[in-house]
Amino acid sequence: MKPMINVALPKGRLGEKAYAIFEAAGYECPSIHEESRKLIFENEEKGIRYFWVKPSDVVIYVERGAADIGIAGKDIILEYSPDIYELADLGIGKCRMAVAAKKDFCDFRDRTLRVATKFPNIAKTYYASLSREIDIIQLNGSIELAPILGLSDVIVDIVETGTTLLENNLEPKQTIVEISARLIANQVSYKFKNESICSICDKIHQIL
Amino acid sequence: MNLFSTVLKNDERAIYELRSLYKQYGYSLYKVSKFEEYDLYAENKNFLINQNVLTFTDTNGKLLALKPDVTLSIIKNIPADSSLTQKLCYNETVYRPSSESGGFREIMQTGLECIGTIDLYAECEVILLAMKSLATVSKDYILDLSHMGITEGILETLGVDGNVKEEFLHLMKGKNVQGLKKLCEKHRISSSIQTNLCSLIDLYLPIQRALLVLQEFMVGEKMQTAYENLTRISQFFSENGLDEHIYLDFSMISDVNYYDGITFKGCINGIPESVLSGGRYDKLLHRLGKKSDAIGFAVYLDRLERFEYQAAQYDVDTILLYEKETDIQSVFQKQRQMQANGKSVFATLNLDPSLRYRQLIQFTNGGIQILETND
Repeated sequence: MKPMINVALPKGRLGEKAYAIFEAAGYECPSIHEESRKLIFENEEKGIRYFWVKPSDVVIYVERGAADIGIAGKDIILEYSPDIYELADLGIGKCRMAVAAKKDFCDFRDRTLRVATKFPNIAKTYYASLSREIDIIQLNGSIELAPILGLSDVIVDIVETGTTLLENNLEPKQTIVEISARLIANQVSYKFKNESICSICDKIHQIL
Repeated sequence: MNLFSTVLKNDERAIYELRSLYKQYGYSLYKVSKFEEYDLYAENKNFLINQNVLTFTDTNGKLLALKPDVTLSIIKNIPADSSLTQKLCYNETVYRPSSESGGFREIMQTGLECIGTIDLYAECEVILLAMKSLATVSKDYILDLSHMGITEGILETLGVDGNVKEEFLHLMKGKNVQGLKKLCEKHRISSSIQTNLCSLIDLYLPIQRALLVLQEFMVGEKMQTAYENLTRISQFFSENGLDEHIYLDFSMISDVNYYDGITFKGCINGIPESVLSGGRYDKLLHRLGKKSDAIGFAVYLDRLERFEYQAAQYDVDTILLYEKETDIQSVFQKQRQMQANGKSVFATLNLDPSLRYRQLIQFTNGGIQILETND
């Protein structure tokens, strides 16, 4: 019997786009489009089971084996550095992790830089590579407010178009890393369900 | 054996089964102290799975550490110039930070070390014991084999160093083929080397099939020697019909400063992380000034705990409720009588409502009365 592959999809637009890729690759699950309160959707014939989770939780589900594979943004993978395999770049959800500040911000290197971010590990690694001393201010949302109100000097955040930044008189200063959605797999599932996972991966590669 | 399987948890049962398995092959139990001088770990930080060590000061001011690893303590005590082979196994508690909760955890670890002159047979015996160890937990297991000679060989062909090498290693460990391609292009690495690297990392096959595919990528002496080593190991196991569980996986990369030769990891279907890891670590011994070679592995018993765990339906078979006035000799007799039938009996004056039981029996001087049966 074909093993069932559990797929963790991130809730929201990215997850819907990712599901569309799975669908196009031949792993459709029509019940997912129905309006319902169901959390898990499966297509037994194709051996696939989907569930929606909070985007930042996808790596946890996959690392701990509750999901065999999942779709996670590179930002989340870099932030949590889970022990997983990164099998494909889906090329969707493209954006970049950037340092942004007020347009007239001038960085003086004689002071500790105050950095507000949702991604403390990415920020720490980036500034450590520049040997810059920083003070991390971890926020959970509305990061753009921090430099405006003087809570921080700069922010490290995801920039898609830059419109939100511009509207708030901020601008991206440096790009840290390019981000896109990745297909990730649990390391043990990859071994025991190798055939199924590799065939999903191949079919996805074909349509990308 | 029956008693073991019903009373002991997975990890506890594994301790006894593994010890008796290792004893069959002449491994003697080695006991090490709970703590060591911190310097031992400070000098060999990268050998540790996690570099955080729990330290404290001894009465004489020396900095001690609760041991995060057993191998270092064992080989520290090996004579420097002996080539005699020692076969040792251990069952010890180690202290490591937990990745989730952050705090330190006490972890039960069992394993073995074969130190001295290591030839092909010694290597095969240790791999065999690793496989048998996994089989005591479940027949559905995989042992992934890698070889540092091949990893080092491919890294040499890339000709990269420092941070760039780290970037490559990171992508290799994550089987990130697309990322590797991009990085190769960024550093203008020739397309043939790029293809070799990507095929090597993408490869995941049973050992015999993998070796056939691998044949064409082997360039340079280091890789050739490694390839021959793997071929002989494969032959040994296939001739004994034991090779179906062995796979080659070169995304499994250990620290080149400590390991050389073969490395391996064991996984069990149903446990989301590897439960066994080991390999040849001659370089570590040489760093510590020993002439011997060594190979060994550790089994992470804490990861077995939840495997096929079936919560017991009842905490106890029978609750024997007696009264203050009840004659305790007759309570004792009654309890013994029921235990003789293989029942667990909880004798108590008052009933704990959270206890789950099959039968509730009230025992008074007047006689015995069954108050409740849940079966």
